[in-house]
Amino acid sequence: MAEPRVSDALESAPVRAAVAAAELEPVIGLEIHVQLRTATKMFCGCELSFGDEPNTHTCAVCLGLPGSLPVVNERAVHFGLMIGIALGSHLAERSIFHRKNYFYPDLPKGYQISQYDEPLCRGGGLGGVRIHRVHLEEDAAKLTHIGHSGRIHGSDASVVDFNRGGTPLVEIVTEPDLRSPEQAGEWLRLLRATLRRLGVSDVNMEEGSLRCDANISLRRAGTDELGTKTELKNMNSFRFLERGIRAEIARQEQVLRSGGAVAAETLHFDPVSGAITSLRSKEEAHDYRYFPEPDLLPVAIDEQMISAAREDMPELPAERAERLAREGNLHADTAQLLAFRSELGDYYEAALQSGADPVPPPQMLANWVTGDLVSRLGDGEDPASSRVEAAALARLVGLVSAKQVNVGAARHVLDRLVAEGGSDPSAMIAEEGLAALGAEDDLAAIVAAALEANADAAERVRDGNAKAIGPIVGHVMRETKGRADGQEVTRLVHQQLGI
Amino acid sequence: MIDRDEVLHVARLARLALSEEEIETMARELSAVLDHVARIAELDLSNTPPTSHVVELTGALRPDVPRPCLPRELALAQAPSVADGGFLVPSPQA
Amino acid sequence: MSDAELLALSAAGALAAIAAGELAGGEVFDAYLKRARGDHEAGVDGLNCFTWVARGPADDGSSERGDSPALAGLPLAVKDLFCTEGVPSQSGSRILEGYLPPYTATAVSRLTAAGAGLLAKTNQDEFAMGSSNENSAFGPVLNPWDRERVPGGSSGGSAAAVAAGLAPWALGTDTGGSIRQPAALCGIVGMKPTYGLVSRYGMIAFASSLDQAGPLTRDVTDAALLLSHMVGQDPCDATSLASPEPIRTPFGESLAGVRLGVPDELTGEGIEAGVMESFNGALDSARELGAEVERVKLPHAPHALSAYYVLAPAECSSNLARYDGVRYGLRAEAADDLLQMYTRTRHDGFGAEVRRRIMLGTYALSSGYYDAYYGRAQRVRTKIAEDFRHVFGGVDFVVTPTSPTVAFKLGERTADPLSMYYSDYCTVPMSLAGIPALSMPCGLSEGLPVGFQISGPAFSENRLLDAARALERALAFDGGAARV
Repeated sequence: MAEPRVSDALESAPVRAAVAAAELEPVIGLEIHVQLRTATKMFCGCELSFGDEPNTHTCAVCLGLPGSLPVVNERAVHFGLMIGIALGSHLAERSIFHRKNYFYPDLPKGYQISQYDEPLCRGGGLGGVRIHRVHLEEDAAKLTHIGHSGRIHGSDASVVDFNRGGTPLVEIVTEPDLRSPEQAGEWLRLLRATLRRLGVSDVNMEEGSLRCDANISLRRAGTDELGTKTELKNMNSFRFLERGIRAEIARQEQVLRSGGAVAAETLHFDPVSGAITSLRSKEEAHDYRYFPEPDLLPVAIDEQMISAAREDMPELPAERAERLAREGNLHADTAQLLAFRSELGDYYEAALQSGADPVPPPQMLANWVTGDLVSRLGDGEDPASSRVEAAALARLVGLVSAKQVNVGAARHVLDRLVAEGGSDPSAMIAEEGLAALGAEDDLAAIVAAALEANADAAERVRDGNAKAIGPIVGHVMRETKGRADGQEVTRLVHQQLGI
Repeated sequence: MIDRDEVLHVARLARLALSEEEIETMARELSAVLDHVARIAELDLSNTPPTSHVVELTGALRPDVPRPCLPRELALAQAPSVADGGFLVPSPQA
Repeated sequence: MSDAELLALSAAGALAAIAAGELAGGEVFDAYLKRARGDHEAGVDGLNCFTWVARGPADDGSSERGDSPALAGLPLAVKDLFCTEGVPSQSGSRILEGYLPPYTATAVSRLTAAGAGLLAKTNQDEFAMGSSNENSAFGPVLNPWDRERVPGGSSGGSAAAVAAGLAPWALGTDTGGSIRQPAALCGIVGMKPTYGLVSRYGMIAFASSLDQAGPLTRDVTDAALLLSHMVGQDPCDATSLASPEPIRTPFGESLAGVRLGVPDELTGEGIEAGVMESFNGALDSARELGAEVERVKLPHAPHALSAYYVLAPAECSSNLARYDGVRYGLRAEAADDLLQMYTRTRHDGFGAEVRRRIMLGTYALSSGYYDAYYGRAQRVRTKIAEDFRHVFGGVDFVVTPTSPTVAFKLGERTADPLSMYYSDYCTVPMSLAGIPALSMPCGLSEGLPVGFQISGPAFSENRLLDAARALERALAFDGGAARV
């Protein structure tokens, strides 16, 4: 176990006793790695690889062959600057690369080219959390454990695939401004939406284009002191991130409450068992012997590069939320959800602009997108990749708002759209005879018949028991094959009961 | 000037095996060289910036345009051990 | 033309003869091929200049194209550490024994595109670390002037091959003097250009901020000719520069108006008497040619060696980390686990000097020592560059003996690494400053060649070559005695 980060004074017995008895608050910082969507790798011209055959996207440079040299990808710098601008960071005038030296089979040169004390961007903030720094580096290769191999004497074997090696990464480090696992998850979602909006990365945690480590410590609530922090590595979904942080906070709390001291360690969270284990041998790896990369000259960030980055900036989530709220007269919550989950916002805007007639009211459309549609799709699935075309949903919602179909029937149609696709909800409505009752249908007569058939229920409704209306409405719906408008039915019931 | 423990620590960082005899020799030889190079400690360098790059320019960047990759056979051609299209190595522990 | 006449021609001379129809490029290649093969197959009876020799001239297709490339098929010997596709490129090391790169170094491919034919790969100190070519995994190279002595290093094989007439010219690399010092010890011309002028892509790296490729030739004109086909910015090397002007044929005949600076710090104690005498003789010749000679000061030059032996090992400790047995090269057998695979591979694959420098460099970069060693050495480097800039405000060139001694005996310095490092005393300052420097033979001391070093400001290659040529004509050094 490595030395604690704080001075001895803070860890002395009386202090630990005080800590054990105090109210504690979590202090969380995040370290995020983002794979960039450039065409080629960070330091060579190999195309990025997505699930290709192993070692088919390599060259002398990313294999670390003798005599090879790196050359910086200008688009990676461009994307890095866009990220810095989005985060309101200070952009360095001159940025240099450093070598981070250590040995591992997924590191072909025996060093990673990264940045150290002259990163691309410093400072900034997003959603109330301060950014410490943003820098560029290259990704490691992929190591796959294959267990016993006759060809490897003694130990188990692994296979190295260098396709991923050299992929451009941006590392974003926050200040320890987060105070709960939920807040961390929320903030990471905001970052993800922002980066997605920038178009600089796929930011997909399951695929590894967004990776997040958390630095976690506890301190006495209301103080400024910083406790010893641990690093929780590589949680590959939002849910695991929150669970992992929660578990680590609980673990640290238990340590501190029993009068112990938290050790500065690197930890791994197993989402299946919920166990937190120490990643051994990290204490040796800490002497990275950073020195400036002699094979690369400093990168000058000039006005031209900064303007080019600014010009490429799209509308960011916060701005988008404000605009959507304003343009569609949406509730603030709705606008924020659409802006921060940009795939939902993109779908909503596509639907709104699809030229459906009758036009769906924006708030109603938004509700259908974020509620009914999302609940029918897989967790986190992008509606644009479902079978439901945005234009089709827009038409459907338009029909609901024009009362040409009621909500229940429309939901049934949505089920069909999800399963089968299709661009014409009207056709489906006609096919199944789901159109709302028109003026020619005598709803009043049907309601009267329902009241007669459910006299007890009618009595209870008259007496003020609103819930008792259920069987009456049910009767009407059966009679009308679900085509009656629920609100209209209730109105007629009340009218006929004289309440 | 550099003792046995430090030699072992540095050898570990550099992933170099050293026999007992080699550790001793290395300690001796490194100490001699370090004594000599330590002369740079006598200079007053307080106002001198370090030179990382003797070329006083800033870097040319590479356009984000794909270039041909090595065919896999060539990438693996010099490998000491290959399996499943990849480089076979003993597994790192944890 | 007889073989003897052919072999007596310089590269430029041979090209002129080819242009005049007196000779065919293929004849020249064949003549040298026979000699190179002879040495290579002679084993312990040879000079051991080569680690690989061609079977025949590479077919560059020029006869089909009908063009006559500038270098007309002339044979070129290339230091082992230049990657040559499909041809062993081992940097003198067991850890890369038999390694066949899938690509060719830019400097070499530019020369072959200009018509040069790859004759052989030359022996060298392992990973370019050494000043005597005794650190090669493939055996020492012998000095053609006296086979009990070293040819210098690390480009010992290239220097000995040219001096012995086994190749008309050769490529070497210079990090702290590895072209200049062997050129001096073998009585030929060797030049390190301005840092960045020649691409390092495909040069198996030793110390990235110091390594530079350059020519080893019989005379200054050949050096200019070879260099002219090597320079140019390379998109594969981010530290490479465009040469402000092309390298042209030198035409210097006089040194009128040329001011030569002689630094006290590099011409005093520690330089052998015989070397000093020869050097002073060359200064006299320079004066006769009209040069003004004055004493100058490079106050930080005495610390250059110390700074170099921190910076170069530090960079090499990182550059050599890739030799880990994973993707190419040697892998130790029967290792119990990954750690053992690493440590044994690197122990078995690297020789003593390389292991020493890796250790030194790792130490200098390690936590707690960075500021005192690497950090300081980088500042010394700044001072040295400043010293030269200041001096070049008052003189055109700085001149020194290239090496403090003539060629020493095999085995004489191998027990004491520091004594070996001292060979670089006069050459290291120019490497740290990144400025161009050339060594040319200026006489003999006890029958062994002495080298005269001329260095100039960055990008002063043409003027420097002019001055060297003028002096060369006046000195009329005859290197024929070494030709086998």
